[in-house]
Formats: sequence, C-alpha cells, structure tokens
Amino acid sequence: MEQSTALLMEHGQFMPLSFLPAGKKARVRGLMSNGISRRRMLDLGLIQDTEVEALQKSPFGDPAAYLIRGAVIALRLEEASKIMVEAM
Amino acid sequence: MGLTKQSTGSGVLAPDHFIERSHPGQKIIALAGNPNVGKSTVFNSLTGMRQHTGNWPGKTVSIARGNIVHRGTHFILVDIPGTYSLMANSVEEGVARDFICFGDPDAVIVVTDATCLERNLNLVLQTLEVTRNVVVCVNLMDEARRRKIRIDLEELSRRLGVPVAGTSARSGKGLGKLMDEVQAVTHGRSSLNPPKIGYHEAVESAVSLMEPALKAVLKNRLSARWVALRLLEGEGSILESIRNCLGYDPLSFETVNDSFQKAKEILRENSIGPDLFRDIIVSGIVRKAEEISREVVAVEDPGYNMRDRRIDRILTSRTFGIPIMIALLGVILWLTITGANYPSTLLANSLFWVEDQLTALFAAIGAPAWLHGLLVTGMYRTLSWVVSVMLPPMAIFFPLFTLLEDLGYLPRVAFNLDSFFKKACAHGKQALTMCMGFGCNAAGVVGCRIIDSPRERLIAIITNNFVPCNGRFPTLIAIITMFFAGMIDEPSRTVISALMLTGVILLAVVMTLLVSRILSKTILKGLPSSFALELPPYRKPQVGRILIRSLLDRTLFVLGRAIAVAAPAGLVIWGMANINIGELSLLSHCAGFLDPFARLIGMDGCIIMAFILGFPANEIVIPLVIMSYMATGSMMEFESLIQLRELLVTNGWTWLTAVCVMLFSLMHWPCSTTCLTIKKETQSWKWTIISILVPTAAGVAVCFIVASCARLLGLA
Repeated sequence: MEQSTALLMEHGQFMPLSFLPAGKKARVRGLMSNGISRRRMLDLGLIQDTEVEALQKSPFGDPAAYLIRGAVIALRLEEASKIMVEAM
Repeated sequence: MGLTKQSTGSGVLAPDHFIERSHPGQKIIALAGNPNVGKSTVFNSLTGMRQHTGNWPGKTVSIARGNIVHRGTHFILVDIPGTYSLMANSVEEGVARDFICFGDPDAVIVVTDATCLERNLNLVLQTLEVTRNVVVCVNLMDEARRRKIRIDLEELSRRLGVPVAGTSARSGKGLGKLMDEVQAVTHGRSSLNPPKIGYHEAVESAVSLMEPALKAVLKNRLSARWVALRLLEGEGSILESIRNCLGYDPLSFETVNDSFQKAKEILRENSIGPDLFRDIIVSGIVRKAEEISREVVAVEDPGYNMRDRRIDRILTSRTFGIPIMIALLGVILWLTITGANYPSTLLANSLFWVEDQLTALFAAIGAPAWLHGLLVTGMYRTLSWVVSVMLPPMAIFFPLFTLLEDLGYLPRVAFNLDSFFKKACAHGKQALTMCMGFGCNAAGVVGCRIIDSPRERLIAIITNNFVPCNGRFPTLIAIITMFFAGMIDEPSRTVISALMLTGVILLAVVMTLLVSRILSKTILKGLPSSFALELPPYRKPQVGRILIRSLLDRTLFVLGRAIAVAAPAGLVIWGMANINIGELSLLSHCAGFLDPFARLIGMDGCIIMAFILGFPANEIVIPLVIMSYMATGSMMEFESLIQLRELLVTNGWTWLTAVCVMLFSLMHWPCSTTCLTIKKETQSWKWTIISILVPTAAGVAVCFIVASCARLLGLA
C-alpha cells in the first residue's frame, strides 16, 4: 500500500478525515491503515468515493462522530487520521 | 496471554454447530443480523423465550436456541451473535460466520434494520454468497415509518432474489409472514436466484479458473465460488474453518492446487496483493448494497435524523456532555433511594410481623429453642433483611438503568468517556462494558466480548468489578443513609444521599481508569487498538415492557437468590454464633482471627467474615454483619435504618468504619457468579485469580491508607 500512500502525498488536496470540520462533507480517497484496522474501516463501508460527514467531537475532542452510510460512527484520532478524504 | 487458541479460535463452539434435531423433519434456522437491529426481539417474539435485549453492538453474545412450530413444521431457531460482516474480526463474528457457513442450517433469516438498510445489506449479500436459502427480515418497519423512510419490499425481494418480509418485532407485526416465507424456503417452494456480485475482471477470471476443480472436490458441500474467493483471499481463520468443516484441505487435491496456483498467477500479473484483493471484494459488496438501497429506499423526510443529531449535540457537547451525564446518574440514584424508602419500611414491617407469628407458632408447638434459633432467627431473619433492605433499591435501579440502555444513551456515555479510556490505554468500548457492570458485573464481563483485542478485553474483564453492581448499591445506600445523611431532615436527606452515592460511583470510575492504566503499563502492556463505536439512533423505549420485565424478572431473581444464598448464609452465621468451642463461639473465634487484619484496614472481624460469606451474593453482606452483631449480643427490632446505626455504633462502628466498608464493598473480590463467568470467558484460572486479586489488593491498600491517615491525623 506504500504506493497509494505516496500517491496521496503527491496530491495535496487530500487530507485526513480528522481534519474535516464539523458539519462538512468529504469523499473517501484512500485508506492508509492496513491489516485488521483497514478491514474494520472497510466493514464500515469506507471504500473509494464514500461520502462522509463530520458530525461533532466528543467533550474532550477525541473521538469524533462521523456519518457514514447512514450510521453514526465514532472514530478515534488514530483511525480518522488514516482515512484520506477530499472535501466536497 | 490467557486467551488461548482454544478459547478464541473457531473451535470453541464447534459442538454447537451441528444442532441435533429432536425429531425428523425439524428444520434448523439461523437467525443472523447486524448488532442492534432488534434480532433478539425477533427471536423472543418467535420463540416466546425470555431474553434480555440490549441496545448496543454485540449484545446477543452466546448462541441461544428456541423451538417453534409453524403451520405443522417444527423449527429450531438459532440466535447467532450479531455481526456486520462474515469476514470475521472478533471471536463473536467468527462464531456467527462459522454457523452460517458451516453449521448447515436449512435456512438463514437475516434480520436487517429498516432505518439503516444499506449498511445491513452488506451482511445479506455476503450471506447470499454462501447460501441461497435466505429470508431477509426487514425489521423496525414501525420505526422507519415514524422516520418517514419508505422501503419497497417487493423490489428488494426481486433484486435480492430471495423472499423478504417486513416486520415490527416489538409489536409482533409481520412475524407470521416471515415464518411463512421461511417454511416456503425450507420446503423448496420458493424460487431463489440471488444476484451474482461481479468483482474486478482479474478476480473473476481467477475464480472461474478454480471453480470447476473445486466443484468436483466439494460435491455441493459448500459453494465453489465462495470457497475459491476465500482461498484466494487467504485469511487464516476462515481457511481453518473450511478445513474443519470439510474434514480435508481442498488444496491437498492436485487439481485444486494447480488451478489455485494459476489463479494466483493471474492476480500477481494484475498486481493484486492481499490488501487490494480484500478491498476489491469489500468494495464490490458495498457498491452492490448501495445500488440496491438506492432503488428500494426512499427517505421522504431527511430532517428526522436531524433530531438525533440535535440531541447528540447536547448530550455529548463539550460543555454539557459530562455534566448531563453526572446529573442523570444523580437523578437515577435519587429516584432509587427515595423510591426504595416506602416499600422498604412496608416490607420490613410485614416480614418482621411474620417473624413474630413464627416465633409464636414455634412456642405453641413446643419446638426446641435451637430449632427456632436456626430456622427463625438464623434463616428467616437474614432472608427478611435481604428482602426488605436490599431488594427495593435493586428493583428500582434496574428498570431505570434498562430505560437508559433502551433509549440508546449508553453508547453516548462511551463516546463521552472514551478520551479517558484511551489515556488509560484501554479500549473505547470498555466504557460500555463498565456501564453494563452497574447492572450486573457478570453481565459486564460477558459484554467484554465486544472488545476484540485480547489484551484490552482482559483489562476490561479484570476491572469490571470496580463499578458497583446492582447488588452492591443497597449496601452503599444503607451505609450512606445510616452514617452520613441520616441526621439530615427530609427532603434534603435523599438528595444528599444521592450526591454522596454519585461521588462514590465517580470514585469507582476513576479507580477503573487508574487500574486499567496500571495494568496496561505492567502485566498487560500494549497500545490501544483501533476502534469504531456505533452511536445507534435513539429509540422510543418500551417502558411498559421494561417495567414488567425488570420488576418481575429482577425481583424474582433476587428473591430466588435470597432463598438459595441468604438463607443458608444466615443459618451458618447463626450456627457459628451458637456453637461454642471452649469459652467462645465459633463466630467469635473466626472474627477474632480476622480482627487484627481487619482493624488494620479500618474494619472489624465480623465485617470481613460477612464479606467472605457474601461471596455468593453481595447484597447479603450488610444483613450478615447485622446478624452477627445481633447473635453475639443485644436483640432488637427493626424500625428504620437509623435505628440500625445504634446497633452498629454499639459494636464499635465510627465514620471511618463506614467509609472503609463502603470502599471495601467497592473494591473486593467479585461475587461467585462473576468469578465463574470470568473463568468461562478467559478460559484461564490465571486470569480468574488475577481478577480476584487485583480488586482485593486495591481495596485492602485503599482502606489501609484511608484508615492510617485518619488515625494519624487523629480524625478517628
């Protein structure tokens, strides 16, 4: 997956999901995690082009809640920062 | 790590995979579904079996079965753990996957959530790859209607190629039709043609290369296409399950192995590695689900979800999230304390009236004094204490707690608190299992199955006992009322009690976090693993049902346990107090033996004895303390908790004793049920013993420090 990571780095317009401000929407452009963590993200339906909306942060700022395919999912910073998105 | 392959691998439930039919013609139906879609409600409504339904992922934890007869056909319904996908990540999901794939059910019902169909279709599509004998149950149709979500069930059935039934399991609607469809499938009367999910070209050609050889080997035992996909995916645990199921390794056949090598060559040529392969498979399924959902679901009022978001913005806000949480806890405790007063007095009056009558009866028939002592003063009185003082708070707290659970608030608690758990290097879902511990620690320990990393699961199991369960609340309430709030007049008394109890619970949470952190820095070293927590939609709680279920079930359960445990314990205490060895009674000997140690940690021998005898059930500790004081000295009648204070003070209790008893009640060995559950869950004596030692050591240490400081400062 190193290839795709490098690709993501080249294209500056992609950012980690954790950077997406609350209330904003974005599309998934790639997952930088691998192994079990990657599988879990895929099981949530986070594939290429999936629309994600940042809803809000928890009282202490981490985790944050996202609207993913109709379900509200809380992700810790570690996970959200490995999901590369393009703001819509 | 204590979680051996035996306990975590697919082997655990192997004997259950093949459920025996009690008579021929009986059909085995697997009930599958995502967590939190009302699967347990469907199961209960169909089988009439009582079972607790929770509102968070992974609550239906073990495989439950129930028999139904529908229009002359006998069915065994098997409730398998909730799972999002058949590509298992956790033990639970492994069990679910193995049952669907290898349990050879006659049909699979996949329960889905009408309010969130797209996400649920993933599991449906994955199941259809394994077997075509599927009936899709679209549950929560009532909830969807309320949210103005319209679902075209006929179109859904057409697109999935299998029967679809819409249900509202809570009110029992549509379940008859569901079983009609199941019967039609098991009798081969339905036409079933599930859609083929087309993957990337290279994957497809690799699969079709393998299919003929596999078909010849498998002989219809499993779907050749499905096995080919799994072999190419190369995920270890499922390959092992396939081998176990078939009794041989399909790759040991030369034909299969040849085609497998060729297929892998194709993938290599297209530079499809394991990660990309998986991406392709998952994306294929997710896209198909998206496509179907677009055709069959119409959201007429997207504003409905906004209500949930607005509630979330308040309940989990930076400013109000934590204060609201603590306030809710305080209110629940206040309701428990206030509500328990009246029934408690009433029960005590009637039960002790009965005791008088029993005493009179024993006198009338001329029964010997020891028999009266053993049965009435020993057994009956302990039972009365448990029922009158301990039962009412338990019967009130439990339904209130279940109400919060039903509403969907607990995952929000986990969301609010996760940051602390992360700092403690623990799993985010531990906040959830901790909350479950307030109801019952054994349930909390079972709940830890939702945590899939073995290290974090163990931490959650070991620390679960730090939060007081329903059985320990009454102990805390009784002591707070007697020693700290009793002198204050109503109505502020109950408010002060509730505030103090809230403080005790916050301490319990702090201890949980502290011990979790210590564990992850010492014997369970590691970093927090990734986690995703679903915040399910808020649901209208089924108030009536909660009340009836928890009042009846819980009350009956506590009553049953009181008879099974409190009565014999009362007998033992009375016996010990009245059997003399030399000058002193057996009780005095034992209490005397424990006394020096007990004094060191701010208590006395009798209290520690009561904690030891209270091993089977925490709610009997205070009654046992009272019994042992009474048995050794003055007798008294119960009129109020305040009066009990006199008895305790006469026996040397100070505010320090009260504080130490509360702390020790919070932190000591788990009750016997919880210990057995821990043994079952960890499959290891080592971790069971550690789960007993950790809270006990913490309790002894904290009590010792508090007692020593108080004494040094001359406060007690």
